[in-house]
Amino acid sequence: MTNWEPILLANVNRPNSEKIETYMRYGGYEALRKALKMTPDQVTAEVKLSELRGRGGAGFPTGVKWGFMPKDAPVKYLAVNTDEGEPGTFKDRLIVERDPHTILEGVIIAAYAIGAHRAFVYIRGEFFLGVKRWIKAISDAYQKGFLGKNILGSGFDLDVSVHRGAGAYICGEETAMIESLEGKRGVPRKKPPFPAQKGLLGQPTIVQNCETLANVPHIILRGGRWYASIGTEKSRGMKIFCVSGNVNSPGNFELPLGTPLKEIIYEHAGGVRRGRDIKAIIPGGSSTPFLTAEKINTPMGFETLQAAGSALGTGAIIVMDETTDMVEVVRHVTRFYVHESCGYCFPCRIGGKRMLSSLEKLAGGKGSMRDIEDLEYVAKGMYGRTFCPLGTGMAEPVLSALRLFRPEFEKKTTKN
Amino acid sequence: MKVTINGKRCETPAGKTILQAAQANGIYIPTLCYLEKIGALAKCRACAVEVKGNPNLLTACNTPVTEGMEIFTDSDRAVAAQRYVVDLALSSGNHDCMICEKSGDCELQDAAYFLKFEDKDFRRGNYPTDIDDSSPFIRVDHNRCIMCGRCVEACNRIVVNGVIKIINRGFDSRIGFDCDDPMGESSCVQCGECTQVCPVGALTNKKSIGKARVWEVEKVRTTCPYCGVGCQQELHVKNGRIVKVTSAEDGSPNKGRLCVKGRYGYDFIYSEDRLTTPLIREKKGEFREASWDEALDLVAKKFKDIIKKHGPDAIAGVSCARSNNEDSYQMQKLFRSVLKTNNIDHCART
Ligand SMILES: Cc1cc2nc3c(=O)[nH]c(=O)nc-3n(C[C@H](O)[C@H](O)[C@H](O)COP(=O)(O)O)c2cc1C
Ligand code: SF4
Ligand code: SF4
Ligand code: SF4
Repeated sequence: MTNWEPILLANVNRPNSEKIETYMRYGGYEALRKALKMTPDQVTAEVKLSELRGRGGAGFPTGVKWGFMPKDAPVKYLAVNTDEGEPGTFKDRLIVERDPHTILEGVIIAAYAIGAHRAFVYIRGEFFLGVKRWIKAISDAYQKGFLGKNILGSGFDLDVSVHRGAGAYICGEETAMIESLEGKRGVPRKKPPFPAQKGLLGQPTIVQNCETLANVPHIILRGGRWYASIGTEKSRGMKIFCVSGNVNSPGNFELPLGTPLKEIIYEHAGGVRRGRDIKAIIPGGSSTPFLTAEKINTPMGFETLQAAGSALGTGAIIVMDETTDMVEVVRHVTRFYVHESCGYCFPCRIGGKRMLSSLEKLAGGKGSMRDIEDLEYVAKGMYGRTFCPLGTGMAEPVLSALRLFRPEFEKKTTKN
Repeated sequence: MKVTINGKRCETPAGKTILQAAQANGIYIPTLCYLEKIGALAKCRACAVEVKGNPNLLTACNTPVTEGMEIFTDSDRAVAAQRYVVDLALSSGNHDCMICEKSGDCELQDAAYFLKFEDKDFRRGNYPTDIDDSSPFIRVDHNRCIMCGRCVEACNRIVVNGVIKIINRGFDSRIGFDCDDPMGESSCVQCGECTQVCPVGALTNKKSIGKARVWEVEKVRTTCPYCGVGCQQELHVKNGRIVKVTSAEDGSPNKGRLCVKGRYGYDFIYSEDRLTTPLIREKKGEFREASWDEALDLVAKKFKDIIKKHGPDAIAGVSCARSNNEDSYQMQKLFRSVLKTNNIDHCART
């Protein structure tokens, strides 16, 4: 691994880190100046070269996505996903609150690359401070000529506005977010057409996660090749890992992709509370399957976690020590997804509720082997069969817990 | 385009979905939300099929066929996935088929039947009653609703009345009228389009309840007598009496839509007060029954008398909105060129 230093969280601990003056004092908006001297295609090519993959959960190659934008479309949009709802995930919030300009600079460069003159920031309604910070950052950027007409004399125009969500996890899913931006009920759309073909108001739209965009200025300044030198073969660059659960120092840690789980937990997050052993780890937010302690040496990358039976997701690591009641964990997580299911498709709407009722019985000590069977039957039937990935993400933790910790479920049963 | 479905060679036009290709070839795939005129919502996920070369199950309703596609609607994996959805749907509401108006004509019942469900294969829901009886013609039973979304699409996109919305989310989502008002207090115009698209017994016609089972009725295609539009409808007739009216989905001009009068206003046919022959008023003021010839001769004679005495402008005609354009045209022709007066108007203008 080559030398690395934090790029995404480099500013967050500086005094007045959210201010445009602070951002500019440390080289902010230099990447924008450079990008505007390049052609949009050159910018896209640089991002492709960096092999940057989306940090919102799906890990789609960012430059490739930009390449899908039709060149000749008269109206195109960029939507910035600040909905951050996946349990365990709190990285976008940190950047938005402490260093919003690092994302905004990425927004402007991305809009320039894809030819969008209008960008929308979709922010989770509960991020009160984040909303303020976004609005302030945008208005300061207008003042300095980084937004509006003829940005820095380049002839490129861009307007950005902020749209608050009303508190639904599903609105983080890109097509549901587009519906919500249009003022409709937050329900996913059928894909294809993908947003890049037909998105917001029927126009080609790119939806991008905050953290993804925050990488872009650095890629432009230091080159895609430099960025691609960090990380592992299929997982390039820096990543913010959100560590929570039974660790001594929970928090956000920016490290190269491919850093082993063990290092993150023991060296950065201060190890496990009271020196206990680990029972389970959720490596990428609560919709990714559990890992057991044996997988502690797995590097945190897309391909490596997949090989270990889980996924990188949002990079949110939740550590559970040996005292954890796994049935209770699964009940808790499932309750979240049942509450957040939009209700559009049958397996997620009905199956979720049915799984939860089995889990509540089991957790409350009133369950039977039949409840375990039904739980497994419903989760298996749901997996891969829902309209959007939320339903599959709800089945994942249930199925992996039944695979890895079945005796704990069985021990909870009181009748047959 | 050539495809095989369950090993059988089938011919299908390009641009069709797997579901359409199967249906055209008489192969049943369970669906709970699909309706041709609404299009694929892909909500219920019941139409699971396997296609050779694709590791995932596909939804037949929104997957287009491609040349040479090998489709399996009856593989173990496809059938298990189909049954799974039907089981979930059955467990999510009170499916009291025995007393349900829709029994025998219900797409959920059909799916369970054609998938050969046995009692052990599904869970039965048991929820507190949740019936909205507030509107004059439509009974809403929320616990029979499977949230297929068809009524929402129909009310908003087909009749464009914009009344039905989805309220809440997830398992608690339900259909609601305006801001979740009782149907009878909402802006609903009781057109009944939603009852026509509902696959189950959640939205039923109050006037029909308890009158006839679906297999007892004879369907008679006719034209609605109420106005000049001429909507095509189906009368559901049992023992010579209309028990229900639905619209003919294939008929112009209404293409499956009806208004409240056409769908629910059929009682007048059986009214005791209804005139069935012309009546002539006698000198003493009493009416007597007469034949059409006698009555028309009398009218013609009176018209002639009036014209002779007072001139043609002493007569005026008002054409009725229940006549169609052609009849109204004939009416003004009669007045202008036969009776020679321009005193002709239409009731919708007066
Ligand atoms: C149920 C669900 C919730 C999601 N929530 C978020 C979210 O809160 N933030 C986010 O950036 N992406 C979220 N996503 C992923 C987005 O759909 C989309 O892939 C992402 O915003 C694309 O940006 P990226 O390529 O930069 O990651 C969610 C996806 C699903 C299926
Ligand atoms: S899986 Fe279905 S019900 Fe669940 S959130 Fe997605 S579309 Fe909505
Ligand atoms: S009767 Fe007509 S207007 Fe009323 S809810 Fe049904 S479709 Fe909408
Ligand atoms: S009332 Fe009928 S048509 Fe409407 S969502 Fe429920 S089941 Fe579907």
